[in-house]
Amino acid sequence: MGSHVWRPLYIAAALIALVLVARTFLVPDDFGIHEQGYMYGWHRKGNEAEWKVMTVKYRTAAYCRECHEDKTESLARTPHGIISCENCHGPALNHPDDPPTLTIDRSRALCLRCHALLITPTSGRADIAGINPDTHNPEAECTLCHDPHNPVIRSRSDEQARLSQK
Amino acid sequence: MVHGEAWTLKELFVYPNEYIYWTIQIVMYPFMTGLVAGAFVLSSLYHVFGIKELKDIARFSLVFSFALLPVAMVPLQLHLQHPERGIEVMLTPHFTSAIAAFGIAFSTYGMIVATELWFVYRKHFVETAQALRAKRDKSLPERGQYFLFSALTLGAWDISAQALAKDEKGVKIMATAGIPVACLLHGYAGFIFGSVKANALWTTPLMPFIFICSAVVSGIALCVLSYIVTMEIRKLMVTWKRKSDPSLPTPEEIRTVEMFEVTMTARYLVLALLAALGLELLDLLFRDYAKFHSWEIVRTLIYGKDFVNVFVIQYGLGNLVPLVLFLLPGLTVRRAVVATLLVLMGVFMMRWNLVIGGQAFSASFAGFMHYELPVIPHDIETFKEGLIGAILVGIMPFVFFWGLIKIFPVFRCEDSH
Amino acid sequence: MNRRDFLKNSITVIAGLAVPLSALELINPRKLLAKKDGESAVRWAFLVDTQACVGCGFCVKACKTENGIPHETNITRTWVERYVVTKTGKTYIDSPKGARDGFTANRIDLGEEGHQEIDKDDVEKAFFVPKLCNQCENPACVQVCPVGATYQTPDGVVLVDRKHCIGCAYCIMACPYGVRSFHPEYKTAEKCTFCYHLITRGMKTACVDACPFGARKIGNLRDPDDPVTKTIMSGRVGILKEQYGTKPQVYYLALSREVK
Repeated sequence: MGSHVWRPLYIAAALIALVLVARTFLVPDDFGIHEQGYMYGWHRKGNEAEWKVMTVKYRTAAYCRECHEDKTESLARTPHGIISCENCHGPALNHPDDPPTLTIDRSRALCLRCHALLITPTSGRADIAGINPDTHNPEAECTLCHDPHNPVIRSRSDEQARLSQK
Repeated sequence: MVHGEAWTLKELFVYPNEYIYWTIQIVMYPFMTGLVAGAFVLSSLYHVFGIKELKDIARFSLVFSFALLPVAMVPLQLHLQHPERGIEVMLTPHFTSAIAAFGIAFSTYGMIVATELWFVYRKHFVETAQALRAKRDKSLPERGQYFLFSALTLGAWDISAQALAKDEKGVKIMATAGIPVACLLHGYAGFIFGSVKANALWTTPLMPFIFICSAVVSGIALCVLSYIVTMEIRKLMVTWKRKSDPSLPTPEEIRTVEMFEVTMTARYLVLALLAALGLELLDLLFRDYAKFHSWEIVRTLIYGKDFVNVFVIQYGLGNLVPLVLFLLPGLTVRRAVVATLLVLMGVFMMRWNLVIGGQAFSASFAGFMHYELPVIPHDIETFKEGLIGAILVGIMPFVFFWGLIKIFPVFRCEDSH
Repeated sequence: MNRRDFLKNSITVIAGLAVPLSALELINPRKLLAKKDGESAVRWAFLVDTQACVGCGFCVKACKTENGIPHETNITRTWVERYVVTKTGKTYIDSPKGARDGFTANRIDLGEEGHQEIDKDDVEKAFFVPKLCNQCENPACVQVCPVGATYQTPDGVVLVDRKHCIGCAYCIMACPYGVRSFHPEYKTAEKCTFCYHLITRGMKTACVDACPFGARKIGNLRDPDDPVTKTIMSGRVGILKEQYGTKPQVYYLALSREVK
C-alpha cells in the first residue's frame, strides 16, 4: 500500500467515519426501525408519546352533562339534541377552572350552517327545515326570535301570538 | 399565509390543502445537477474513451463540473422549510425515498470528481509548491499559496515518470467509475419524479432515463458554450498581449482548435438530444394511446394552457431548432452559440414544464393551479423561492469556476494527462 | 514500527471504535426487509356516511380548534366537498375554505373562475363528502420521507415528528388524496392524526364528536364487535382511489362515482 494513489481513499474513509461519529451525538437513541418495519416504521419512537399528550380541548357532551344535566336532558327532547354543546359554546378546555364561563355563539352564520336552504335533493340536508338567508330577516341574529335550546319552528312572535290566543 | 399561498391561484375544484409546493428552486435543482452530470460525462469521453480530439475541452469541463457541485446543494437548502435540518438526510436516511439517495449519490460523486482532479493536477500542485518553496522572501499571499498547494499534494511529492503513470491510471479509473455515478446522480432525480404515482404527469418508469439523457445534453451544451466564450476572450487577450510575448499562440491557432473541439462535441450533443426527445415523445404517445384515466387532464393542460411552453418553447425552440442548426453542414461558432443557448433554454423549460406543469392541475383532476413566480421579493420566502433566488443559483457556478481555475488552471495545459 | 505506521494504525483503531453499533442496524438485511409485525390489538378505521352529511362544517371548525390550526389559515386537516350534478350531466364541485364556515349559498365557488349560479330546477343530485387523512395501510407519504420524520404507528395512524421534519414537501406531493400541507408556524408537514391524543385515551376524534348527524364514525378493525367494523366488513362501502394501492382506511357509505 505504499503507492500515493490510495491517499484520496483514506480521506474519503475519514469523512465517512466523521459522519458516523456525528451520528452518535446528533441522532436520538430511540431513532430506528420500529414495529412497522423500515419502510413504514423508521422514526423516533419518543414522538408517539409526544402526540399522545397534546392538550385536550373538546371535552364532549358527556363532560358537560356531569354538571349541566338539566340542560342536556331538556335539549335531548328537541331536534337540537344531536348537536354537541361545544359546537355552539366553544371547547370546554378546563372549564369551570379555566375558562370560568364559555362563550355563546349567537351569530347568524352559525345557524345558517344547517338552516340555509340549499338545493340538495339527494342529501340528508333536504330533511332539515331551511330558510333563504338573503330574504329571511337578513342582518338579524336568529336568536332574536328562535331559542336554540328549544328550536321548534315557531318563532318568538308566533309563540306570543299563540299564548295570547288562549 | 401558508407556504405556497403567495404564488398559487386556484381554478375550478382544487383540494383545499393543494398549493404549488415545489417551485422555481425545484426546477433549478435538476437543472444544476444535470449540468454537473453532463459536464462530467463530456470530460470522461476523453479520459475513458480516449477521444483525443476532446482533450482541450475535457479538462475545462471537469473543473466546471466541480464548480457546479456545491451549487447543486443551494436550491435544496433554499427550498427546505427547515434548512438547518438538511443534514438529517445523511444522518437518518430513509432509503425507501429517492431523496435519501441524494446523500449517497452526491457524496460519492463529489469524492470521485475531487479524486480525479487530484490525479490530474497533482504534478501542478507539486511544481507550484516547489517553486514557491525555492523563493526566499515570500509575501503573505505567497506564503498562503505555498501552504495551500503543499496541503493539496497530500504529501505525495514524487513526480517521476513512474508516479505520473500511476496518476494517469488513477484518472482513467475515476473517470470510468464516475460515469455510472454521474448517471445515478441525475437518474435518481428522475426517479424522484417518476416514482410519484400520485402525479399524473410525473409518473413513468422512463423518467430516470429522460433525465439522464437531457442531463448529458445540458452539460455538453453548457461546456461548449462556456468553452467558446473563454476561447473568444483568449483570442482578444492574445491579440493584445502578443506584442510583448510572441510565444503565445496566434488567434488563428486558437480558432482552429476551437472549431475542431466544438464540431466534435456537437456530435455527442446531437445524439443525446435525439435520445432525450425520443423518450419524452414516447411517454406522451404511450399515455395517449392507452388512454390512461389521468391522461385527460394532462392533455387538457399541454394542449391548452401550457401549449406554448411545451410545444413551442421546449420542443420547438429548445429541441428542433438546435437539431437543425447542428445538423446543417458548415457549423460556425456563431451558429454553435445560438444552438447551445437554445438547448440550455430547452432543457430548463423541460424541468419547468415537468415540475410546475405537474402541479398545474389538481390531484382531483377537476381543477387547475396557476404559478405566479415571485419577481420582487417582499419577504424571505418570496426571496428564496422567487426569481432573485433562482438567478443567484444560476450565477454561482461561474463565480466558483473563476475561483477554482486559480488552483486548477484549464488553459495552456501542455502538461495535462 | 516507525512513528508513521503507529499513527496510521492507532487512527484506524480509534475510527473503528467510534462507529456505533446502532449505525450498523441500517445494514442488517433482516431488519431492513422485515414486514410489519402486526401485533397491535388496535387498527383504527373511519366510516363516512355521505348520505347523512349536510355540509354544516362543524367538523372542520372543531378540528381546527382541537388541533391548533389558526382559524384564518387556509389549510385544514379535514374538509367537506359539495357535489352538484346538473340534469345536463355537468358536475360542479367546491369546498369554500374547506367548508370551515359550512355551505350557506347555492353559488358554487370556482376559485379564479368566479362563481357559478345554480338553477333550482337544474339539479339532478347534490351531496356532501367529508374528507380526511385515510391513514393508509401502505402510505405512499411515509415511503417517500427522506429522513423518517413521518411514520406509521403500530395501530395504523400516520404521524409527523415535528422536531425532525426538514420541510421538503415530498410527502405532500406523494399523497394522492391531497390531505397534507405545511403548518404555518411549525413549518413542518401537517395532516390529520385521527386526533391521536383523544383516541388513545378512549375518546372519539373531534370531528366525530362535532358531527350532529353521525356522518363520521371511528372504530377498531381488530375488534369484531365494534359496530363500525361490522358496517365496514358487511356493508356496501367504498374507498377513494383504490388504483394507487395505498389501501386507505377511510370507508364511505353511498360513495358516488363523481367523487374525486
